[in-house]
Amino acid sequence: MLRVELRAQPSKVWSYASPLLALALTVLIGMALFMLLGKDPLRGLQVFFWEPIRTPYAIGELLLKATPLLLIALGLAVCFRSNVWNIGAEGQFVLGALAAGGVALLAGPDSGRWMVLAVLLAGVAGGMVWAGLTAWLRDRFHANEILVSLMLVYVAIQLLGFLVYGPWKDPLGYNFPQTKTFEAAARIPRLFDGSRLNIGLPIALALAAGIWLYLFRTLSGFAQQVGGLAPAAARFAGFSSRRALWIALLVSGGLAGLAGALEVAGPLGQLTPYVPAGYGFAAIIVAFVGRLHPVGIVLSALLMSMFYIGGELAQSRLGFPKSITGVFQGLLLFSLLACDTLVAYRIKWGK
Amino acid sequence: MSSTPRLELSAITKRYPGVVANDNVALSVEPGSIHAVLGENGAGKSTLMKLIYGVAKPDAGVMRFNGQQVQVRNPQEARSLGISMVFQHFSLFDTLTVAENVWLGLDKQLSLREVVERIESKASEYGLELDPRRPVHTLSVGERQRVEIVRALLTRPQLLILDEPTSVLTPQAVESLFVVLRQLAAEGCSILYISHKLHEIRELCRACTVMRAGRVVGHCDPSRETNASLSRLMMGSEPELLRARDQAPGELMLDVRELQLASEDPFGTDLHGISLQVRAGEVVGIAGVSGNGQGELLCALSGEDRRAAPGSVQLAGVDLSQASPGLRRKHGLHFVPEERLGRGAVPTLGLAHNLLLTRHDAVGPLGWLRLGVLRAQADEIIARYKIKAGGPDAVARSLSGGNLQKFIVGREIDCNPRVLIVSQPTWGVDVGAAAHIRSEILALRDAGCAVLVVSEELDELFEISDRLHVIADGRLSPSVPRAEATVERIGAWMSGLWPSESSQAEQPARQGLNAAREATDAQG
Amino acid sequence: MEQSALLLASSLNAGTVLAIAALGLLINEKAGVVNLGAEGMMLCAALAGFATVVATGSQTLGLLAGMLAGLLLAALFGLLVIWLNTNQYATGLALSLFGAGFSAFAGTGYVQAKLPEQGPFAVPLLSDLPWFGPALFRHHPLVYGALALVLLLVWWLYRTRSGLILRSVGESPESAHALGYPVRRIRLGAVLAGGALCGLAGAYVSTYYTPLWVEGMIAGKGWIALALTTFATWRPARILLGAYLFGAVTMVQFHLQGQGINLPSQFLTMLPYLATILVLVLISRNPQWIRINMPASLGKPFYPGA
Repeated sequence: MLRVELRAQPSKVWSYASPLLALALTVLIGMALFMLLGKDPLRGLQVFFWEPIRTPYAIGELLLKATPLLLIALGLAVCFRSNVWNIGAEGQFVLGALAAGGVALLAGPDSGRWMVLAVLLAGVAGGMVWAGLTAWLRDRFHANEILVSLMLVYVAIQLLGFLVYGPWKDPLGYNFPQTKTFEAAARIPRLFDGSRLNIGLPIALALAAGIWLYLFRTLSGFAQQVGGLAPAAARFAGFSSRRALWIALLVSGGLAGLAGALEVAGPLGQLTPYVPAGYGFAAIIVAFVGRLHPVGIVLSALLMSMFYIGGELAQSRLGFPKSITGVFQGLLLFSLLACDTLVAYRIKWGK
Repeated sequence: MSSTPRLELSAITKRYPGVVANDNVALSVEPGSIHAVLGENGAGKSTLMKLIYGVAKPDAGVMRFNGQQVQVRNPQEARSLGISMVFQHFSLFDTLTVAENVWLGLDKQLSLREVVERIESKASEYGLELDPRRPVHTLSVGERQRVEIVRALLTRPQLLILDEPTSVLTPQAVESLFVVLRQLAAEGCSILYISHKLHEIRELCRACTVMRAGRVVGHCDPSRETNASLSRLMMGSEPELLRARDQAPGELMLDVRELQLASEDPFGTDLHGISLQVRAGEVVGIAGVSGNGQGELLCALSGEDRRAAPGSVQLAGVDLSQASPGLRRKHGLHFVPEERLGRGAVPTLGLAHNLLLTRHDAVGPLGWLRLGVLRAQADEIIARYKIKAGGPDAVARSLSGGNLQKFIVGREIDCNPRVLIVSQPTWGVDVGAAAHIRSEILALRDAGCAVLVVSEELDELFEISDRLHVIADGRLSPSVPRAEATVERIGAWMSGLWPSESSQAEQPARQGLNAAREATDAQG
Repeated sequence: MEQSALLLASSLNAGTVLAIAALGLLINEKAGVVNLGAEGMMLCAALAGFATVVATGSQTLGLLAGMLAGLLLAALFGLLVIWLNTNQYATGLALSLFGAGFSAFAGTGYVQAKLPEQGPFAVPLLSDLPWFGPALFRHHPLVYGALALVLLLVWWLYRTRSGLILRSVGESPESAHALGYPVRRIRLGAVLAGGALCGLAGAYVSTYYTPLWVEGMIAGKGWIALALTTFATWRPARILLGAYLFGAVTMVQFHLQGQGINLPSQFLTMLPYLATILVLVLISRNPQWIRINMPASLGKPFYPGA
């Protein structure tokens, strides 16, 4: 019989090893899944872990997909460390995309390059407004932010649908639900030719450093974390829980909105009903696997991006439905939660 | 004539990660005797009781009940053997009624109505007032203990274990409890009485096992011992004598006037017209059993609750009634809460980071944290107060209760406060650290600070206070100088029986309390 | 007149899904465990139910398959949360994400499949009443089952000893443990029951309510059910009423469209979600009220050894 025994002190070794073990478990279960479905597990491994990094172009795609995951997860790290459970990052992403898209549509063929800045700022603002709605409802009415932010995701998606099927539909688009493609002036500049990688990546990395500094080197970041670790101590210290709530949600909303703007004015180039790609939810997993720490999140964003690209490749090369990505994401989070018990507990064989 | 002991423990050992809670413990309780288990906080008494009652299992050792070897695997088995327990922290369910609570503690297949009848008959048999239909959250702490006791009595125990039963009782209620216990013992029930209160043990018990640091260090008959000799047995040495200096208090520092506050918690206590003054260079103590509004008062003073009316809380003339904790600290008002882990310190953060909760002198422009300065400050406090810790980055949780308390108290004293408010300064702290903390408080007083101490330990308050108040049901008694304070008087005041300003001695305050209670009852 | 009867009927039908799921979640939460994985469990159960009906043609078996799927996922959740003490919110989220991904993945083969027609249901005699007949007595047995479930729960929770024990575990697991009750096993039982009921609701959606399979077809009903238990302050009868209200809100969009009211369809689709937010705001305004009614240990881990 397995027994769990509380450790006297949480194990430092396991807090680093646990995500790795979780990844290993996920891979094992994944391979078993492949075998069950009659596909070669080694080929599956190759498609998920080797193909995405085989060529410079592939690496570029990997980094491109990791960017929104990284951005959103950074914001969620601030949120979750503050004990604010923002589950609606997907909705904030969509609103950021909408706001950015709306501004981008204002561009003409002669607009200046500053449009890009406007587009990005609009994205940040859009995400902040949507997250601010959740913050306000919790601040004023004590409404649970998990459910409110989640409901707002559905609302945001419907809003997108309305605009894209209606007022913002491209009149020259053969009645497809999509806006016109954005003018070049409003598109996010690429980093080099031959890759779709754009300035979103350096922005995201800079923000990762910024968030690290904020969380671990400023009093405000400290106050946010105390609010999450020991709310009574935060109250004792006089750290305002209202302020913590608003900071957490506005930061994560802004980052999610920025990610939406980068997606829509970057690789997508227009607004379509397919803007919500589940990044807001995947970022939750990225945040946890990355231990809510900016450095860990950079790494886990790369990992999650690999899952996404692997899923797309699995579809085109192995005939799997793309949704296998979702299975792996869920498995990874489950395994992580299970493996994390090893940090606090020792597992023993015994009576 | 020797009789079989009701309960006999031999070589009982229990280990938890990092500590041996019980080490080779032997204990023998005769039928019909009231047997004390004496020891300081952390001596292992509670753990031992958990083993007897089946809440935990011993790692080694033998337990015999009425001569038969037994293995108690869970509380139901304990109850079927005839062992019953009244816990220190009650195992009651607030939203359920008294009868439902008792029903949950009984294993017989009784209907709820039968339980109600039995409660009423048993309660009157022992003179305990109890209404089975009331929800537990409406009961006072003393009444809740009665529920626990009746629940235990209904199982017709042969062995009744009471874990620190009087920590929540007024002196008068303690006497009533003793009457019940003596009646029980006379009927043949054995009683295990866990406590660290020397005068109670000497009054009630004829046999005593003394524990220290998980081991048994002696047996005695408490009725033949003095407080000093018991204390020596319990702590292994004479308690440190505190030098108390009489000194005229200085200017008025903390001025609380007619503080009126409704509790935020539906199960809390409202504050009514609380007034007190603390001057520089004096220690004012507030006595009272928990649940009488101490928590609410302290939150109003510390700034965790900012709803007080303007003018009700002033510091040297500055109105701080609605100020944040940060602003209060800027004016020199510092606070040590009773909960160390989770409120006074963040358990998973290091000592240096925990300094940031109440002091921002290591914080630079734009909120930049100067970690080097912070660690140096923490090192200083660790050295000055001789704290056993693994360095400035040791997580708060890794320190013992005494060491963490020394750190938290040191953190506040280090800020040179003008007013220091301390709640339960030595709760759960080992003897050495407790003495150290008390002497630090007195040193602070001598240096001119105004100190307010809230404590449930009357002995402690008598030791360090210059003046004493009593808080009962959200109201504060007038203060009495220590020299004029006796246990009987303080005990009476704990029931609300203190003279109010308008008239003769001893009644109007009580009327106020009764009126308040009737009003809440009427609201249902 | 006809229209209103149909509206009521469809509201009851829609509400039944929410009610059954929410009642399952209620049992969970009364024991102190919050399972945010409701959406994931319902999705997997919907697929399981649908696939079973396609394979066997029996709706009863489909509903049972759904319950089994919910039960198994809940068991996984319960193991992690109760024995390994993982964070209840994170684990529930993981379950929802996993359930969404897994059901989408495993269900790709069923997207075009069709189910055999479910016969019209009618309570003999009563279904012929004017207005009341079509409104109240032509429902799938599960609609009446939901009512029975509410009555059963009210009786069990408040009038039996085992229900009292469950409530006490949710109130204070430490006290229940000190009294000797097997807190972890009781919590697991509650979690399993909750999972089975969520599974039943999920299977009902895919095998009767909208008999087809589409990725993500639960469309947030699991989350709404979670909101519903809070909105109803953890009382079974209120959950039923709330569920019917939500059912009505969901149905009103079709009703309005049928009336020729010209609102863009997306705004009508938004209605249930906006209603959920509104309802949460209304009920949460008074934190005292929540504190008194909420099982005190909800969401908190329990450590028996401590």
